[in-house]
Amino acid sequence: MSIPSPRNDWILMAVFTAAVLAMPVWLAPIGAAYPDLLQKFAIFGIFAIGFNILFGLTGYLSFGHAAFLGVGSYAAVWSFKLLTMNVLPAVLFGTVLAGLFAVLIGFVSLRRSGIYFSILTLAFAQMSYNLAYSVLTPITNGETGLQLTLQDPRVIDNAISAPGEGLPWTELFGIKMSGYPGFYFCAVMLIIAFFISLRIFRSPFGMMLLAIKSNQTRMSYTGFNTRPYLLVAFVISGMYAGLAGSLLAVTDPLAGAERMQWTASGEVVLMTILGGVGTLVGPMLGAGIIKYFENIFSAYNDQILHGIFAALPDGIEAVVVAVTGLFVGEGWHLTLGALFMIIVIFLPGGLVEGARRIKSFFVRRSLRRHGIRTDQPVTRV
Amino acid sequence: MGKIILDVSDVQMRFGGLMALSDINLQIEEGKTHAIIGPNGAGKSTLLNVCVGRLQPNHGTVMFEGTTLTGKTPYEINQVGVARVFQTPEIFPELTILQNVMVPAFAKRDGTFRFNAGGSLFGERQIREEAEHVLEDLGLTEQRHHVAGSLSRGDKRRLELAMCLVQHPRLLLLDEPTAGMSRADTNRTIEILKRIKERGMTKVIIEHDMHVVFSLADKISVLAQGRIIAEGAPDDVRGNPKVQEAYLGGAHL
Ligand SMILES: Nc1ncnc2c1ncn2[C@@H]1O[C@H](COP(=O)(O)OP(=O)(O)OP(=O)(O)O)[C@@H](O)[C@H]1O
Ligand SMILES: [Mg+2]
Repeated sequence: MSIPSPRNDWILMAVFTAAVLAMPVWLAPIGAAYPDLLQKFAIFGIFAIGFNILFGLTGYLSFGHAAFLGVGSYAAVWSFKLLTMNVLPAVLFGTVLAGLFAVLIGFVSLRRSGIYFSILTLAFAQMSYNLAYSVLTPITNGETGLQLTLQDPRVIDNAISAPGEGLPWTELFGIKMSGYPGFYFCAVMLIIAFFISLRIFRSPFGMMLLAIKSNQTRMSYTGFNTRPYLLVAFVISGMYAGLAGSLLAVTDPLAGAERMQWTASGEVVLMTILGGVGTLVGPMLGAGIIKYFENIFSAYNDQILHGIFAALPDGIEAVVVAVTGLFVGEGWHLTLGALFMIIVIFLPGGLVEGARRIKSFFVRRSLRRHGIRTDQPVTRV
Repeated sequence: MGKIILDVSDVQMRFGGLMALSDINLQIEEGKTHAIIGPNGAGKSTLLNVCVGRLQPNHGTVMFEGTTLTGKTPYEINQVGVARVFQTPEIFPELTILQNVMVPAFAKRDGTFRFNAGGSLFGERQIREEAEHVLEDLGLTEQRHHVAGSLSRGDKRRLELAMCLVQHPRLLLLDEPTAGMSRADTNRTIEILKRIKERGMTKVIIEHDMHVVFSLADKISVLAQGRIIAEGAPDDVRGNPKVQEAYLGGAHL
């Protein structure tokens, strides 16, 4: 394993950029190369990368990040309704508003650590979710969700040209933000988000956050006022979530309260752990895998299963279909849960750790074959 | 008597029914090495805990160069120039040795978080050089890219000492800095501590190893059952019958 060097980081950045931009090509063989899904990969990648800045570096596990996702979506849709269908202000408002919201929640939640911190964030998110359904209906449009209407003021757009027929679409200087253009817009955001995360990981600020995670006692006797550092990390990761939320609205301009539910908060935790907490590419990987399998598994229904197992004798077929049926369609979360348990038990470092182990196994084997000793201590990156 | 840098007056610390410290009065002279000795459970670590803000005393105050430490948080106390080596090493096990030393160096500069984000993002080079310099001083240069958690107990102590020294504290509190070290490492630590004394750093050192105490101390206070039972120059304390008794026959002395 190598010590991170600026050169290696630029290589990583280049590979990441190429991989993201070429996703429509290399994901085609596994049937994942259509815009809707690709957009989700990018958006939830951003969500997970941001979550990892908090969880991976400081060890503070937030169970309420979906609240920021929701705020980002609502802010973006309001920007579409009030100002313009251009996506840039929407993304900006979504990110900034989520950041402000994170200052508030972070300020209170960070008074505690460990499980109490997690519970505080969860409580805040559930509160936001319930408020969105009740008191805040004028802002959130309650159960129906916030949507575009023909009566929206859209002051900037309408000042420039007369409103056209039907509902307008989200656009970037005339380019319609759905399909592939929408994906590429999200992809660019993802690449920027990844770059910023990389810089944070390599900066002294990132090192401080890691030190807080490693030994908070030592940190305070070392002269660090840890709370402002934690708050900054919390707000940054909240802004990532807000960005992801606004991109959800960019690709599909409506926002509902269910986006803030605890299951959505839990999902980003799973993504991060599945890919590898505290690693650079792990969260992106986890987000991609979960969204991919969600897409596949939730599409199955009993009829498809009957088709697959048709070759089996009738009695057995019924049993097999009944059992596998539990794990697909609506029940896909059962598969997710099982997958998650397997990872946590057998590969606590996530998929990136798994890849690392496989790599070091082969490296050691080839070194041994060349008669090089391999028992020296290894530097961790 | 020289200038008093640390002034502990009438400090009392109670844990439930246990009086861990009763009416402690202690003056530490600037530039000197002051040893605190005493049997297990005497309250030595508790006294340091009160000084660095880990514990708030039930009564009494601690003053450092005219500022009151009692009531301040640990990080504020560190910021005024008090650093501490713990009885069980407190390091960052997941970070490399070099990073372990860089973090306190950053803390010295930006720890209060004055929104000098520019400062904490850049200027890393100078911090790294300072850290490498201290590591070289303590003989940890070779291992500097290893993870700190993999070090031996003795090396962890040495690392913790490096983490304190990089901050150039005015006052260094050491809780059994040589426990768990080999004889050779102990002697090396004694050498290091002698060297930093030449730079005028004041030290309070808790130690069971009398070889270390008598090699370093200018003055010794003896603590037993939460009270200071004797105080003076090393030779006076060595001959004191009360001290011999506290150590159950005094075979160690
Ligand atoms: N946080 C605490 N809560 C309750 N009792 C405590 C606490 N800290 C210390 N004590 C008690 O106070 C007494 C003094 O403990 P202290 O750790 O200061 O002793 P010490 O002189 O450092 O001993 P040693 O040489 O073994 O390190 C002991 O009886 C200990 O059990
Ligand atoms: Mg002790």
